[in-house]
Amino acid sequence: MTFQHYRQEVLALTMRWVRRLSREKFSMLFTLVQPMLFWLIFFGSLFQHAANIQVLQAPNYMSFLAGGVVVMTVLNNGLAGGVDLLFDKENGFLERMMSTPIHRSSVILSRYLFVMAITGMQILVILSIAFIFGVRLETGLPGIAVILVIGMLFGVGLTAISMALAFSVKSHGDFFSMLGFLSLPMIFLSSALVPLSAMPGWMQVVALVNPMTWVIDAVRPLIITGWDAAIPRVGMAFVILAIFDAVCLYGGAKAFRRAIG
Amino acid sequence: MMDPAVVINVARLGKTFGPVTAVEDLSFTVRAGEIFGLLGPNGAGKSTTLRMLITVLPPSAGTATVLGHDVVREADTVRSLIGYVPQERAVDRFLTGREHLELLGGLYHLSRTETNARIDELLKLVNLEEHADRVAKTYSGGMKRKLDIACGLLPNPRIVFLDEPTLGLDVQSRLKIWDYIRQLRENGITIVMTTNYLEEADQLCDRLAIIDGGTIRVIGSPLELKTGLGGDRLSVTIKEHETDTLPRLREGVMALPLVRDVRLKSGGLDILVESPEKSLPAVIEVAQRLDCSLDGIEYHRPRLDDVFVAHTGHGLRGGTPDTTEEE
Repeated sequence: MTFQHYRQEVLALTMRWVRRLSREKFSMLFTLVQPMLFWLIFFGSLFQHAANIQVLQAPNYMSFLAGGVVVMTVLNNGLAGGVDLLFDKENGFLERMMSTPIHRSSVILSRYLFVMAITGMQILVILSIAFIFGVRLETGLPGIAVILVIGMLFGVGLTAISMALAFSVKSHGDFFSMLGFLSLPMIFLSSALVPLSAMPGWMQVVALVNPMTWVIDAVRPLIITGWDAAIPRVGMAFVILAIFDAVCLYGGAKAFRRAIG
Repeated sequence: MMDPAVVINVARLGKTFGPVTAVEDLSFTVRAGEIFGLLGPNGAGKSTTLRMLITVLPPSAGTATVLGHDVVREADTVRSLIGYVPQERAVDRFLTGREHLELLGGLYHLSRTETNARIDELLKLVNLEEHADRVAKTYSGGMKRKLDIACGLLPNPRIVFLDEPTLGLDVQSRLKIWDYIRQLRENGITIVMTTNYLEEADQLCDRLAIIDGGTIRVIGSPLELKTGLGGDRLSVTIKEHETDTLPRLREGVMALPLVRDVRLKSGGLDILVESPEKSLPAVIEVAQRLDCSLDGIEYHRPRLDDVFVAHTGHGLRGGTPDTTEEE
């Protein structure tokens, strides 16, 4: 196993994901547009006047929500990251790939490269749309870079969860019901839509153990407050994400080894 | 040292999934250049066996070597020497035929020129040239199977493993796939395939292992297996009120040169013969000479079905519902 071989495998596998996406133009459009349309534009406009700016501590609801939508996009992409491998497992394509002399990890790495690239692009699109609706990033372009890094770090753990599920479940029905069970509570029981201070006490407690809250609380000040408020939050998010990723990658690797041998 | 003609050597191989034993104590060899079949009902353990040989499933017991390399310790070497055609139509609906082959070229670490040359060659072999640039969701079942086979052949393997190569195909596609498989053997490629079609095993395989309930029941060429059951048989029945002539007839028939064995059955005899064409008139002659009036003569040539029933105690379609194959 040489590096050239590894690079060739990963490239060929990543190319497959890109080709698939380009064949599913409709699905690509919806993947890209859905978070902005549903959450940022509809939800943002809906609550623009209902939300209390004092409680939000933001110029308006849309700018408050932007950080939440960025992280929700990372969440959804990450949790869906294993779906294609699930189908590959079910229709025998995975086994075909595993019967070739590839390093077992190249399938996983190719999936990561693809999911991360898509997520990164979506984050940029969401921030651009928010900009059109008047949301100005307090930390500017360097802030965008930090948001992307935080998004990627969160995505690593989430995609690992998704792939672990894909390799462990008996049927894809199980997979999608577990995904549904995970994703909405993770959104509602976090600071994505309302600040913690506006939640009932028990919800605050749950939201505090949700890594999503910590990620959003780092992204949001980068958008609405500025570096002084953001830096300690970003530092905290890095610590939380290091733990989160370590746990998820460990579990994911175990599930992968059990399924692939 | 291993016989150079032996390309696969399986010794006491076993696989358990939790409490369930999928296959147990399998031992067989596959010789260079032959078509070796694993015949058995669904759930017999054929696919499990195949998947251990292609290194995607680690055995629980025993060893297997492919071209002299252990399937566990030298899995990577084995993988680079073999081709695999899975049971499911393992195609990506959104990729074209050519893109499938390009992907595999990358996974087998072939150069771009090498890959393209192989692709042209294989598309021609399986007659998919015209459809190479259409996405696979527009392919028929037979075309998908052809693409599967082309994918299995891309690395230019010395051994190709096919899992149920014609399952669910129409008659025409099936004959076409048989042709390809025979063509591969002519090119010196060894083939290991599973099947639950008796006809396929009979027509295609040089040697067979009949596998049922996770164990091998018998191994041999289709002809050997059929001859092993005693070869051709004449079944004679005597008119009802004359059954007392049976012992006489038995002795008379036994003396005939082409007769190998005679067994008494109720109301008649089962006569195992070398050549039914010549022995039939001889048997009738004996009966007339000994004054036995025959009620009827049936001629029976054993089929692989009979072999299967003889070694497993049930027909192929019946299967054994209590054994499981991995999902």
